[in-house]
Amino acid sequence: MLLLAFDTATPAVTAALLDTDGGVVLAAEDQIDARRHGELLLPAVDRVLRTAGVGKEQLGALVVGVGPGPYTGLRVGLATAAALGHALGIPVHGVCTLDGIAHAARLAGLQGPFTAATDARRKEVYWASYDAAGARVDGPHVDRPAEVAERLGQVPAVGAGALLYPEVFRDVPAGMPEHQSAAALASYAAAELAAGRPLLAPTPLYLRRPDAEVPKNYKTVLPA
Amino acid sequence: MADEPLVLGIETSCDETGVGIVRGTTLLADAVATSVEEHGRFGGVVPEIASRAHLEAMVPTVQRALDQAGIKASDLDGIAVTAGPGLAGALLVGVSAAKAYAYALDKPLYGVNHLASHICVDQLEHGRLPEPTMALLVSGGHSSLLLTSDITSDVRPLGSTIDDAAGEAFDKVARVLGLGFPGGPVIDRYAAEGDPAAIRFPRGLSGPRDPAYDFSFSGLKTAVARWIEARRRAGEEVPVRDVAASFQEAVTDVLTRKAVRACLDQGVEHLMIGGGVAANSRLRAMAQERCERAGIELRVPRMKLCTDNGAMVAALGSEMVWRNRRPSAFDLSADSSLPVTETHVPAAPVSHDELHRMSE
Ligand SMILES: [Zn+2]
Repeated sequence: MLLLAFDTATPAVTAALLDTDGGVVLAAEDQIDARRHGELLLPAVDRVLRTAGVGKEQLGALVVGVGPGPYTGLRVGLATAAALGHALGIPVHGVCTLDGIAHAARLAGLQGPFTAATDARRKEVYWASYDAAGARVDGPHVDRPAEVAERLGQVPAVGAGALLYPEVFRDVPAGMPEHQSAAALASYAAAELAAGRPLLAPTPLYLRRPDAEVPKNYKTVLPA
Repeated sequence: MADEPLVLGIETSCDETGVGIVRGTTLLADAVATSVEEHGRFGGVVPEIASRAHLEAMVPTVQRALDQAGIKASDLDGIAVTAGPGLAGALLVGVSAAKAYAYALDKPLYGVNHLASHICVDQLEHGRLPEPTMALLVSGGHSSLLLTSDITSDVRPLGSTIDDAAGEAFDKVARVLGLGFPGGPVIDRYAAEGDPAAIRFPRGLSGPRDPAYDFSFSGLKTAVARWIEARRRAGEEVPVRDVAASFQEAVTDVLTRKAVRACLDQGVEHLMIGGGVAANSRLRAMAQERCERAGIELRVPRMKLCTDNGAMVAALGSEMVWRNRRPSAFDLSADSSLPVTETHVPAAPVSHDELHRMSE
């Protein structure tokens, strides 16, 4: 089956096409631009399919990163996936974005346990931790880096969120992925599906409530 | 006419997820999901709440529109979407979805202007827009006088509010009166039982030296608040119905006076009124009366088409197809401050240099 995967929950705009028979990545594209997910995603999907010589009607399923991640970018991927799935009549699976990064770290040779972290802005990180077998055992959460260290002690950490706070995440192994890659996301999803484990619903993991100020009680205009 | 373009339109510029389907100037479906109740306790639209609701509502609302219209997505001749102006994050949900639908279905994509769509929706009610048409657009987000001679390519701004939008003034006055959000419908209801001449509230920017076509509602809002507070301080009861009626009278007086004057000055015989505030019963009645006196034909779409909806986007998209306008590219941006003069966002033409590069 042909699996199209993409993720816009981090500064990366990343798309990949995987043939689940044999687990071959037929084409992939990664761009890092935190501000232009909306402009970049669909052209990237189009190029990936063209490079692979695959028509969209041949796709068997979609996989989309459901975050956590900055909301505006995150929703670009989810809205795109939902509409593509609806129009093409194929299933849309969600994968936690941190699971994709963790999978890429293991492919790069990292043994667990370790933590994957991305930038949550406002001096916080999105993070999850993984055991020796690569299973997510804690998270995803959003916290201040110091709180994460307090909770986990010093374990190896990967991802842009770990690189951003070296004073807290002191063990960041070299050669590990910094950003999300849809190729890793796709191969993780294919492995999970093959193992008969269900993936997530394609709905966002926001982890924070929307910012919304309830206006104070009506203030008088006349001087008191 | 069966060969008129069949277009699906998506609108997510504020708190309504709208999906409409139009064939030429015929409305086939108008599906709307709204998050207005979630914003109520905040006294205004909260952008992040709106964006979250758009994402949830998008696919179900598209499906509902297709079912209503009784068509298959593959029958469509194009997908139109509001590219701006509006709330950036909210627009982006609609634009992302529209691109994906257009791509998956192999249909041209048209990123269109929200304000031009508000004007074009009148075609679904009264047939093709006369050229030229004057448009008075009044809502919680905009208050503008626009002159159009071709809704797909030529919309000229004559004036707009210099502070609050008319709908915002309704919301704020409703809040001061303790009537809740949104303010428009509830003020209209109370005003129906009040005396519009009870209190003479100021008419903004209506002096002889003021700009003829611009609006200002901030001073009016403050005047109403001061008047109410003075009453409350004196321990007197606030005559809610009279305040609502007198405030509404001040707003509609300025709006209709300036719109009619713009028509007469510019020699335009047709005035359309759109936007959420066009649902106001006093505005409709006063506009009708003043247009008749001035020999202007008034066109106001039914209320459901005046508020934000997908049908208006589909109406403009269909017109774009009809007039052979250039579609948008898949790198279309959501532009929260898209100027009204940009009726749509066509793909950049391929330059001579690019053609050379592509052939190398
Ligand atoms: Zn509007």
